[in-house]
Amino acid sequence: MSAVKAAQTTEAPMIELKKLNKWYGEFHVLKNIDFECRKGQKIVVCGPSGSGKSTMIRCINRLEEHQTGDLIVDGIELTNDIKNIEAIRREVGMVFQHFNLFPHLTVLENLTLAPIWVRKVPKKEAEETAMHFLKRVRIPEQANKYPGQLSGGQQQRVAIARSLCMKPKIMLFDEPTSALDPEMVKEVLDTMIELAREGMTMICVTHEMGFAKAVADKVVFMDKGEIVEANEPEPFFSNPQNERTKLFLSQILNH
Amino acid sequence: MAVSSAGSGGRRGSSMRLSLNDPTFRAIFWQIAVIGGFVLIVWWLISNTLHNLEVRAIATGWNFLSREAGFAIGESIIPFEPENTYSRALLVGILNTLRVSIIGIVLATILGTFVGIGRLSKNWLVSRICSVYVEFMRNLPLLVQLFFWWAMFQDAFPGPRQALQPVPGVFFSNRGIKIPIPAEHWVHGWMAAACIVGIVAGVFVRRWARARQATTGQQFPVFWASVGLALGLPFVVWLFGGAPVAMDWPALRGFNFQGGLTLTPEYAALLVGLVTYTGGFIAEIVRAGILAVPHGQTEAAAALGLRKGPMLQLVILPQALRVIIPPMTSQFLNLTKNSSLAVAIGYPDLVSIANTTLNQTGQAIEGIAVIMGAYLTVSLSISVFMNWYNKRIAFKER
Repeated sequence: MSAVKAAQTTEAPMIELKKLNKWYGEFHVLKNIDFECRKGQKIVVCGPSGSGKSTMIRCINRLEEHQTGDLIVDGIELTNDIKNIEAIRREVGMVFQHFNLFPHLTVLENLTLAPIWVRKVPKKEAEETAMHFLKRVRIPEQANKYPGQLSGGQQQRVAIARSLCMKPKIMLFDEPTSALDPEMVKEVLDTMIELAREGMTMICVTHEMGFAKAVADKVVFMDKGEIVEANEPEPFFSNPQNERTKLFLSQILNH
Repeated sequence: MAVSSAGSGGRRGSSMRLSLNDPTFRAIFWQIAVIGGFVLIVWWLISNTLHNLEVRAIATGWNFLSREAGFAIGESIIPFEPENTYSRALLVGILNTLRVSIIGIVLATILGTFVGIGRLSKNWLVSRICSVYVEFMRNLPLLVQLFFWWAMFQDAFPGPRQALQPVPGVFFSNRGIKIPIPAEHWVHGWMAAACIVGIVAGVFVRRWARARQATTGQQFPVFWASVGLALGLPFVVWLFGGAPVAMDWPALRGFNFQGGLTLTPEYAALLVGLVTYTGGFIAEIVRAGILAVPHGQTEAAAALGLRKGPMLQLVILPQALRVIIPPMTSQFLNLTKNSSLAVAIGYPDLVSIANTTLNQTGQAIEGIAVIMGAYLTVSLSISVFMNWYNKRIAFKER
């Protein structure tokens, strides 16, 4: 295991954030963020609300714009150049807290829209790929329904499948289970764990510490726009170094 | 015990008691009462009217329709002379109403869409201008605006002899706006046919493009190809027809212009007034529709790599339309009905002509019936079409 990790360190990271800063007006949301994610790594980002964790991962595919610092994804530097932004978005899939499925399209159409229009995949092929991923998230029978007809958990699994249809190299998850009823959290987490086991590079903002323990290579704790602590899950949970980390963990684990 | 058994009996509906406390009986009782009351009122109105008409010796019926109208109409898209019948006069009115309504609806929709999107612009000047426009238009009575435009076209422009000529061949005067049109030629009919053929061909191109996408993945610019066909085919026909370039130029003869296409001051004032006024309302509807699409939709589409164009076409607009269509229908109906204010500025629309008709014949009931019938037909047609369209694009939620 450690040998594999050592081999990986020689490669360039998939995602690299160097001295990243972002302000909303006067408010300094991201302060000198240094962060990297290697191929196949699964990183869980946690922290109190307003700590900038969502903003950070939303910078990676330019849903938010950073003001200073460098951001490099799969060797492509993220600038204002629309070509670069498009190239990065093709490689990076994203799953949102509120699913954001297209309500006017069927599940199948949700899945084939981007492959057809962005990757120029023939419709038949796009539909086959879509059915393949729907089977993987275990809801192929819902293909012709509309998002409004599905449960929250099913919708989130469709959203995951929709991202996978673009064959991304990296998946970003922005609190994927926070808007779900408790009994639906598991089905989504199971899908994500399966994806992790298949070797997908993942960055996941979540408070599901069970998920972090099960699949994460690294847990990153953010507070007030800074990365306070980053470590492998075992030492992170059993032996946190920073006071703020200790306080946060005691708040979310002890109940 | 007795109460509960009676209650459950009522719920099952197996027996009906003759009491207002019984839901089934109550429902039937009130329906009969309301319908009966309505029939009584209608009967009273009709019998009263018939009695009064008889007392005043007013003939009723539709015979007047085939009598000679005896009045001239300022403008018409079909030939009309005072010797023609009242029915033809009313037809002229209906056509004039349709002419201003249909063109008005199209222009108001275009104007409103631009102003609505403009109000959402990040450019300070553009969004402010659009806001001021909207507030100005919807806070002044339409009738006042119509008078303003009519005064503009009537009094602010010079007489025919001093007509303004912004572009050679186009004249602005208090007799209206004169525009040159291509002189009549046999090829024009064929060009119209070619245009229809082009539109039909566009449908087939669309089908072919879908089939090709399904197998090869390549997209085809169906929209521009269709536009090209619809405009290109008539052009080719025009070339084969000898490319006639003769124009019918408006020219000053005596006191007025002859030839060319005329927009009378009345028509121009009514059209501009209706379009700018309704455009203000449509702008707000369009703005509301776009704002109603959650920001998450834009983000999801962006995260999938969709560009601005396809994003708008495939994700944002289809959802905005659902919010836009129902209030838009109301605005289309409002514009059509507001065109009856034409009577105030002398444009011979249906109301204006029907008014003249009932003044001359004294057949007020028939005249009003014609107006109501015509507006109902037009409005209901718009309604039916828009409701059909609305249902076709509605969300399926369960």
